[in-house]
Amino acid sequence: LPSLITPLPHFLHTGATRVLMFQRTSTGSRVVVASRTYADFTPQATFDIKKCDLHKLEEGPPLQAVLTREEGLQYYRTMQVMRRMELKADQLYKQKIIRGFCHLYDGQEACAVGIESGINRTDHLITAYRAHGYTLTRGGTVREIMAELTGRRGGIAKGKGGSMHMYAKHFYGGNGIVGAQVPLGAGVALACKYQGKNELCVCLYGDGAANQGQIFETYNMAALWKLPCIFICENNKYGMGTSVERAAASTDYYKRGDFIPGLRVDGMDILCVREATKFAAEHCRSGKGPILMELQTYRYHGHSMSDPGISYRTREEIQEVRSKSDPISLLKDRMISNNMASVEELKEIDVEVRKEIEDAAQFATTDPEPPLEDLCNHIFSNEPPMEVRGTNPWAKLKSIS
Amino acid sequence: MASLRCFFRSGRNAISVVLRREFHKTSPATLQVTVRDALNQAMDEELERDERVFLLGEEVAQYDGAYKVSRGLWKKYGDKRIIDTPISEVSKICLSIIFAGLRPICEFMTFNFSMQAIDQVINSAAKTYYMSAGLQPVPIVFRGPNGASAGVAAQHSQCFAAWYSHCPGLKVLSPWSAEDAKGLLKSAIRDDNPVVVLENELMYGVAFELSDEAQSKDFVIPIGKAKIERPGNHVTLVAHSRMVGFCLDAAAVLAKEGVECEVINLRTIRPLDTDTIEASIMKTNHLISVEGGWPQFGVGAEICARIMEGPAFNYLDAPAIRVTGVDIPMPYAKILEDNSVPQIKDIIFSVKKTLNM
Repeated sequence: LPSLITPLPHFLHTGATRVLMFQRTSTGSRVVVASRTYADFTPQATFDIKKCDLHKLEEGPPLQAVLTREEGLQYYRTMQVMRRMELKADQLYKQKIIRGFCHLYDGQEACAVGIESGINRTDHLITAYRAHGYTLTRGGTVREIMAELTGRRGGIAKGKGGSMHMYAKHFYGGNGIVGAQVPLGAGVALACKYQGKNELCVCLYGDGAANQGQIFETYNMAALWKLPCIFICENNKYGMGTSVERAAASTDYYKRGDFIPGLRVDGMDILCVREATKFAAEHCRSGKGPILMELQTYRYHGHSMSDPGISYRTREEIQEVRSKSDPISLLKDRMISNNMASVEELKEIDVEVRKEIEDAAQFATTDPEPPLEDLCNHIFSNEPPMEVRGTNPWAKLKSIS
Repeated sequence: MASLRCFFRSGRNAISVVLRREFHKTSPATLQVTVRDALNQAMDEELERDERVFLLGEEVAQYDGAYKVSRGLWKKYGDKRIIDTPISEVSKICLSIIFAGLRPICEFMTFNFSMQAIDQVINSAAKTYYMSAGLQPVPIVFRGPNGASAGVAAQHSQCFAAWYSHCPGLKVLSPWSAEDAKGLLKSAIRDDNPVVVLENELMYGVAFELSDEAQSKDFVIPIGKAKIERPGNHVTLVAHSRMVGFCLDAAAVLAKEGVECEVINLRTIRPLDTDTIEASIMKTNHLISVEGGWPQFGVGAEICARIMEGPAFNYLDAPAIRVTGVDIPMPYAKILEDNSVPQIKDIIFSVKKTLNM
């Protein structure tokens, strides 16, 4: 089951009023450790969210968001899974079990989870290389993602893609060439329009990629043909080691679409992201054409695992964001202070998540590597088996679709 | 029979000279069809057959195509299926359309412009099925004129056969005749993989006989099979695209001197039909590859390397050689341009050298 709708196994809603918290004993039986009436928790609350800066828009997303207890717990869990998964990847990379490129997403969880909650499963999404979070929200399991990072046969791309090339249904990766995914995303939007299924495409890129020429070519075509495309710039303030001030003549990324309406969103607040995404989706689906969202967010890790991330920014800055704007903490505080969940409940979720990640990491480190027979497979689709030249003229390798 | 050089200018001043060739007996119900019309028919038939197919490119709709290859298609199929794009390396958009289940034909006005989008062709099209371990097929066709034209100078005359054929994950086709054009383009459109179809502007206006079979709506030519256009015993000439015609002309001249050339039309550059070439060498014992592109790391270089590594090497009575374009950017002045690409006399000269005549 995709993690967004994973049930919480240790809570039992008896009737509609009582929540029992169980723990398994060593004999396997279950023992009630706490009980709390459902009526004790607030089923939903309304929160004020930051106003978005607008470009060529008369009005923006609502200034308030309604969060139900179920949604809150779901978002919390998914963000925690994402956070822990990335941190585990960090660990495995340092142990040299993951190699090559590894661009981690921790700090930006509210973006991926918020976007997913604002669109439908049947919509489409494409992003660049910082893609593990999106692979998860789009239906990949933690096991498959981690096994892909460690290059095993159980990986989501059978070990052939790696960190930057993960795919799922209606998720087109994971793209290594900076900015190349943007025209691809507009193409998906063109297909959506062509097929008339009222679907849209979310097309993500970073503050670094925002200066690429092909993105402006894409803005032109998307606006010209009124494609149902939500362009989203995840502005985490640094393109590799270059801060936005040193890279862009205009850092108002939400305005860079010029003739495309835009909004600037607080990317650390999941409710803000969700409401903005819903607003943008409505804009596209009503046939008004593309729209641009800038999510102001932050990454705790460096650009990739080979970047400590402190030569171009200060530790104090990172610490400040962690303590004041962490997306998971923000959600947690909101829920606790509004009596939508208990501290114990959330801790219980943390424990489960930790276990899930451990299991996945265990799988990812013990699953065997892809068999050598797979080396030349998947060159062409729907093709009879063919021969591929190996490293020398006598090495004739087999390739099947 | 003297060969007439055929040339074509784009836009409204179209001048073409029809060249008649006699190289095999034809059945009574054949038709004279130009390469341009054959390509047009291929696209028309495939557009009709599968509504997921559509064409996009610069000037393909209302202008009827920069070289008139898509003439009439917009009138027949409308805005949804035939899309004019701004000058934006069209492939950038069309690539992903395939991810969502459509089958685009992406026209490059010439393959020289494809260099601006070559990242997308290679990194987003060719490699995707492999990187996704089979999750994401890419059924897209890139087509357009390739190689030298007439008087268009250095930036518009490059041959990209070697560049694209270098990359796994792509299929690369190079039609010569009208039959090739129709059958190969139809195969390309029906293929579930990225296919690059390298046409030739100077061939667009040339008419060929199209057999009954080739006129059918389901006529396809298998990708990866070369065709022996003219059987012979003394030397094998392997070529693709326009050079096939040159080889046939050279063969006609040499036949008068008693030299029978076997002319092989590659049709597909990647995957290369090495088997047909090897079988031919085992018969003739001599190989000359002829291409319009530059020599270094070119199509001929690959053919020679494969022959050396394979069983046909032992059948060679002389080193296999290549006849290629001159290793320079294409100049403009006619006399210089004429001397920058292989001419029939160069092929004849090379055959005589190889046969020690």
